[in-house]
Amino acid sequence: MTLTPVLTAHWDEPDSYTIHGYRRHGGYEQLATGFAMGPDALIQLVKDSGLRGRGGAGFPTGMKWGFVPQGDGKAHYLVVNADESEPGACKDIPLMLANPHALVEGCILTSYAIRANWAFIYVRGEVPHVHRRLRAAVREAYAAGFLGTNIQGTGFDLDLVVHAGAGAYICGEETALLDSLEGRRGQPRLKPPFPAVAGLYASPTVVNNVETIANVPSIVRNGADWLTQWGTQKSPGFKLMSVSGHVRRPGVYEVALGTTMRELLGYAGGMRHGGEPKFWLPGGSSVPMLTAEHLDLPLTYEDMAGVGTMLGTATPMVFDDTVSVVKAITRWLEFYKHESCGKCTPCREGTGWIAGTLGKFEAGRGSEAELGMLEELCGQILGRSFCALGDAAATPFPAALKHFRAEWLEATHTPADESFDPTAATVLAAGATR
Amino acid sequence: MTSPTLPTTGGTVTTPPPPPPAPPGATEPLPPAIPADHVAMQIDGVDLVVPKGTLIIRAAERAGIEIPRFCDHPLLEPVAACRACLIEIEGQPKPQPACAIPVGDGMKVRTAQTSPMAELAQRGVLEFLLINHPLDCPVCDKGGECPLQNQAMSHGPGGSRFDLPKRTFPKPVALSTQILLDRERCVSCARCTRFADQVAGDPFITLQQRGGRQIVGISDDTPFNSYFSGNTVQICPVGALTSAAYRFRSRPFDLVSVPTTCEHCASGCALRTDVRRSTVMRRLAWDDPDVNAEWNCDKGRFAFPYLQRDRLGAPLVREAGALVEASWPAATRRAAAALAEAGARTVVLTGGRLTLEDAYAYGKFARAVLGSDSIDFRHRATSAEEADLLRGVVAGAGLGVTYADLDAAPSVLLVGFEPEEESPIIFLRLRAAVGRGRTRVFSVAPFASPGAAKLRARVLAAAPGQEPGVLAALRDPARDADAALPDLSAAGSVILLGERAAQVPGLITQATELARTTGARLAWVPRRAGERGALEAGALPGLLPWGRPLADPAAREQVATAWGVPADALPTEPGLDLAGLLAAVAADEADAAEAAAAATGTGAAAHDPADEPARRVEAVILAGVEAADAPDPEAFLAALRAVPFVLSLETRATELTDLADVVLPVAVVTEKSGTFLDWEGRARPFGQVLRETTSITDARALGLVARAMGRSLGSIEVPDLRAELARLGRWQGARPPGEPVALAPAPELGPGRAILATWRHLLDEGVLQQGEQALAGTARPAVARTSATTAAALGLVDGSPVTVRSEAGAITVPLVVTAMVDGVVWLPGNSAGSTVHATLRVGTGAVVGVAPAADEAGGAR
Repeated sequence: MTLTPVLTAHWDEPDSYTIHGYRRHGGYEQLATGFAMGPDALIQLVKDSGLRGRGGAGFPTGMKWGFVPQGDGKAHYLVVNADESEPGACKDIPLMLANPHALVEGCILTSYAIRANWAFIYVRGEVPHVHRRLRAAVREAYAAGFLGTNIQGTGFDLDLVVHAGAGAYICGEETALLDSLEGRRGQPRLKPPFPAVAGLYASPTVVNNVETIANVPSIVRNGADWLTQWGTQKSPGFKLMSVSGHVRRPGVYEVALGTTMRELLGYAGGMRHGGEPKFWLPGGSSVPMLTAEHLDLPLTYEDMAGVGTMLGTATPMVFDDTVSVVKAITRWLEFYKHESCGKCTPCREGTGWIAGTLGKFEAGRGSEAELGMLEELCGQILGRSFCALGDAAATPFPAALKHFRAEWLEATHTPADESFDPTAATVLAAGATR
Repeated sequence: MTSPTLPTTGGTVTTPPPPPPAPPGATEPLPPAIPADHVAMQIDGVDLVVPKGTLIIRAAERAGIEIPRFCDHPLLEPVAACRACLIEIEGQPKPQPACAIPVGDGMKVRTAQTSPMAELAQRGVLEFLLINHPLDCPVCDKGGECPLQNQAMSHGPGGSRFDLPKRTFPKPVALSTQILLDRERCVSCARCTRFADQVAGDPFITLQQRGGRQIVGISDDTPFNSYFSGNTVQICPVGALTSAAYRFRSRPFDLVSVPTTCEHCASGCALRTDVRRSTVMRRLAWDDPDVNAEWNCDKGRFAFPYLQRDRLGAPLVREAGALVEASWPAATRRAAAALAEAGARTVVLTGGRLTLEDAYAYGKFARAVLGSDSIDFRHRATSAEEADLLRGVVAGAGLGVTYADLDAAPSVLLVGFEPEEESPIIFLRLRAAVGRGRTRVFSVAPFASPGAAKLRARVLAAAPGQEPGVLAALRDPARDADAALPDLSAAGSVILLGERAAQVPGLITQATELARTTGARLAWVPRRAGERGALEAGALPGLLPWGRPLADPAAREQVATAWGVPADALPTEPGLDLAGLLAAVAADEADAAEAAAAATGTGAAAHDPADEPARRVEAVILAGVEAADAPDPEAFLAALRAVPFVLSLETRATELTDLADVVLPVAVVTEKSGTFLDWEGRARPFGQVLRETTSITDARALGLVARAMGRSLGSIEVPDLRAELARLGRWQGARPPGEPVALAPAPELGPGRAILATWRHLLDEGVLQQGEQALAGTARPAVARTSATTAAALGLVDGSPVTVRSEAGAITVPLVVTAMVDGVVWLPGNSAGSTVHATLRVGTGAVVGVAPAADEAGGAR
């Protein structure tokens, strides 16, 4: 397989983020096509394409749109989840920086399909440069008549609002995002009702990831079959994959779904010291880790599920053998503890307990009995918490224990920083290529 | 098939009847029919048929299957936050919260009793809840009645495997002067915040921070001053919220609990009074779905120290001008002698705080023993128009408009009535009804009070005195087009008349007429707990028990028979009410002055008392009356001073006992049993809380006086009085029609003048709230309100002190410019710094002077 530059095709042009740069390559020409098709045909097109949500869960996009009740007399909303905060995930932010108009055009087409006259892009608050660029893109789109009232004489009105979050990981959860967007404290909502029925302001709402929406214009331009030329039957299309960690060329690679990690590592220039990774995670810190033995598996939703992990956001983090798995897991759990919203008991209390206990292992003061306890605690969070944040927090440790039990036993007597030279894992380490 | 035992009442769950014994060889019996809107499901193998939409946790409750819960509360929206109630639903891979999932047809649920997955999940959640919870149960207020403690004791691990430092916070944090928060104990169930938001409409508290540092908190400048804040302490499933009043005062297992009824207003809340060694330690809202659900207001919960303050011990009699202690026989003999002399020229003022039984005893004493019909329970500003309504419509009508009717009313019109201040449970019920989206509330008032705003009430603006015109306009057929006005002709609509309606001439007439023409139901909502009972007991001139007109010979006959007296022993002419008393005393004084002048004029050497004209009022009996509640307290006191004999039956020393000739100490509400009738007319009987008391009821004290007069009041025991009232039953005959009263013309406002509007805050200077400083700290501050236009016209500045002046006095409080009718100034009736009747000696509708306080101080005007 090779790279499949669609969304990334023109990132290297100096004005890729402007409306001129975007229109030079046919940008916004899909609006007329989409408007001519009509909303229901657009929904059907996306259903036929098999496009799956790019935010991590991989839910079929067309089906999600189809859940919005039509003709109900209520306002409908499109909300774009641009709160990319998953540790390791860095694909939406480069996309919005380099190609924001693909997202804007996607918003217009999607809003037209689900009959929404308001759309919101909820950007994580820590990336003001993205926020600025998006706002500029929206301004340009208004000026060009792609947003506002009676767009291209169709009678379709759309206002697009770029909204900055305030720095909470939980607001990437779609219902917490909606609460936050409404001006409340971001905590997940009880489902049902699902957002498609009662979302933003208790009205039918579609919440989609940035990359998902940005895919829509090219599907409208090229048709459903065009997308299915890549990937597998269950995972059609191409995907922005951000590779980070101990590789020579970390970055975003747009590849077909089903590309293997070994191929992806090839694009990223291989491991910095050569050889194979010690462990890697296909989709951010919230999915169970894999090892070198899994490098030849296709990166698809179904193949990842087959080995007990998830494709997630398809943003692999790759670690070489300079890294203490104990230390890495501890960092992640400290993150989840810090980001737990506090609503439900298992996540609120469990993440703190696990992080604190992992801290003992990192300091070389863990015990073998506590390894069993940690596994049990993870089991008591997984599937018990209110939302997926708890599940995510319960995920890293059990896989790490399964693959690296000896290292955990070592952590019952030796601090991680003695077992692994902490500077060796950094880019400052001798022999590091970057 | 398992055949469970189920509660037979409630109707939420019905079990299919057990199949009849099948004869050998018969085919399988048909499954029982499932009622419409019901589903058949199973919990732990028990077959249940429950209404659609029932939450699994509720279905399990009715089946007697225990599921632990902390965040769940049947009167709050589900959140599924605590995860204590996780159960297994067949076909679902993960445990599910029973508190948030409705039953489904054919659903098979397994609780921790039968599902290892649910058992494990519940055990995990309990362990998580306990790891950071302080082990301070022995000193925690909740210890002994704590759901978390109970859960830990019954299902928790024996020890803890959590060896990290526990989470700590400085404590306690005062959310208000009354409500204190211990953040270490909080389990983040959000019951308190959801109550404040969903039920009370006072979202002053909210969850703040996140993760393990999540806490309940308030905004820095906005304390949790909600009239309903005490409920959060009661529903807190741990000891995180405590009240200043009860904190560290008692252990639940040292308390003796008695179901009681609240004596603070006519809402009729069921309470539980907890006593330790003859001292009331606390009161809780008790469960009565028909009345207060599970809530009450902070006044009912916390205002009870008065019960034990400044109590009168022994009877007092006036000797050589001073009150001295006397024995009961001596005091009752003295009273008997004076009352025998005064006879029908005695006026009885019973106030609004007596029980039905005590009020009945006063009525019987006045009419059967003294032959006087002069008895009035309305110790406040009243009118003949109100008396007509009470005699002709309210008394003897039984259970009228109910809380359930409010729940279902399409439109509710409030007339002279602020539910949040005057009858808080009506407020909560209306707020819930409005929240359900089927009820709209309208208020005839000068402005939208905070309570009206929380009811999303549309205010039909009227200056005091002009309300009858607003009601008359509602009858105008042309108004049908205006959707913003109440459609009172929609079936089930209700008009609620407050006690202040009596102060506006023509208002009750118009409200009655509006109800008649639209078909809306009319309810009278008194402010005090004893008013409806006193009315039914006949403590009003011209009215015998249960609505019997005094003027009706048949009614007199029935009552005389019940009382065992000859029919002609009862008075036939209506007696004096409060206003009549004041007028009669004034006339007596004028006569006496005239006689004295005449005597001086004729040069008579000695003034012979025998020559004095007979007085109209020889004696007054006061029962539970406060001088400050009179429309003009000074005039009231002056009149009493002029009356030859005053008998006071009181619980504590007051201004009025000071001027009485005989004072008989009587029992407070905790020392007796009795009945209040709430505003609906619903009987709210209560038992005696303090059994060790030597205090006696008003009825028994009256019985002693009657006996000293050589007369009998019959049995004066509470059960006997109740039985006698029950035997009498409601009047079935004709009722006297009321006299229509015309709208008074709007007063002329000179420069610097405005019309006074006033009503009382729920928490104020009321005597029954004395001694509870923490509660007083949550009261609304006294402010004056005018419109911006009026403020500008009068030179007033928002936030600056303003002085409201009558001929009698002045009140200076800060001004809050409010969207309201022009030409009106509003003051709280009896708050610290604004005691309208006592200071200004005028009430609603009076024309008062209004000026910036600075001008007043400088004497510029």
